[in-house]
Amino acid sequence: MVRNYLKLIGFFIFLSGNCFAANEGMPQLNPDYWISQIFWVMLIFGTLYVILWKAILPKINENLENRKSQILTDLDEAQELKNQSEKKISEYNMILSKAKQDAKKILDGTRKKISLDIENKNNQFNLEINKEIENAEKEIKTLKLSSIKDINKISIETSSEIVRKMVGTEINSSSVSAAVEDISKKEIIKYI
Amino acid sequence: MSTNPMHQFNVYRIGPEINLGNVDISFTNASLFMIISALTIVSVLFVGTRRKAIVPTKIQLLTELSYTLVSKMISDTAGLKAKPYFPFVFSLFMFVLFCNMLGMLPYSFTVTSHIIVTFALAAIIFLGVTIIGFVNHGIGYLKLFIPSGVPLFLLPLIVIIEIISYLSRPVSLSVRLFANMMAGHTMLKVFGGFVISLGVLGGLLPLSFTVALTGLEILIAFLQAYVFAILTCIYLNDALNLKH
Repeated sequence: MVRNYLKLIGFFIFLSGNCFAANEGMPQLNPDYWISQIFWVMLIFGTLYVILWKAILPKINENLENRKSQILTDLDEAQELKNQSEKKISEYNMILSKAKQDAKKILDGTRKKISLDIENKNNQFNLEINKEIENAEKEIKTLKLSSIKDINKISIETSSEIVRKMVGTEINSSSVSAAVEDISKKEIIKYI
Repeated sequence: MSTNPMHQFNVYRIGPEINLGNVDISFTNASLFMIISALTIVSVLFVGTRRKAIVPTKIQLLTELSYTLVSKMISDTAGLKAKPYFPFVFSLFMFVLFCNMLGMLPYSFTVTSHIIVTFALAAIIFLGVTIIGFVNHGIGYLKLFIPSGVPLFLLPLIVIIEIISYLSRPVSLSVRLFANMMAGHTMLKVFGGFVISLGVLGGLLPLSFTVALTGLEILIAFLQAYVFAILTCIYLNDALNLKH
């Protein structure tokens, strides 16, 4: 039934195309194998469709998605690493600047401390020197004073001896000492 | 008879006659080349997906390029809604492409140079698209025939034209592919005949023509498969995203 119908269509097409399709005509318009061709194209194309749909295309899609996600994760990872390294660099810079500040602080402190120390030591030293000088001066003064006394004593003894030898009489030691004292008082200004 | 340029399109039975009821569905050379095409597609794609390398091998790249080509085609023309129909469009594109390309081999048979084969494919598309359209939009799918912004008095004429153009879709789709394939192969055969009949010296000119035409035919083989697939996408777009 269908075959007859198709044959009829084919015949009409054949008639209309007869002028340019020579003796043999166009084999395409020969309906002998039309049903066969339709059957086989449906069968084979259908099978191909099912195979591609169920077996092949999911694989390709999966692989493409895998690659896409792989690339994305790789990019993410790279970005993260970049961020981390930037963080580390800023940390490093911070540490460096802090260290520089600390070093400066330490340097300043030490300098101040040293200068203060030097000053203290200097002051103390000066004080001690002054004290020593003072002591020495005091000592010198007492020495001088005691030496004057000794000198007076010696002068008194010497003068009384001289007088006894020259005059031959004992003179009152108190008058000799008074005379020596008198002279020494006049003359002492030269030595003190 | 082999000098007849139409001889290459002959269909003949291979093996025994198979009858289903009273219908003859014998295995023919056309069926053989359909099977060869399908097997080539499946084996190429199978080899291409066997190893899932991050950096693709050449054959893997080929399968992925064809995948992305069709997937881009369908998403560009029919949008996201057409994603479920991607396997169909992909199979269609690959089947037509490989039938066309295998037809370029000497002594082979071009399946797509037969109007009944291309018409069968186009009819599937036409019926499928129409069913998809009515399922998605119900009776509103008929609005496809009423373009927006048409003056009322022109409407009956426009609707008739739209209906005719809609109904002629499978015909134009199938005839375009079939005619291109048949014309190209016939022309190659005619020029090939000239080479023989003009002898050694005179045959050089048609021979160079044949070489150039072979290149052109390979281009057309790809182009027609592409056009077939993209028109399917456009029809799908009409059925899925009704504009009017």
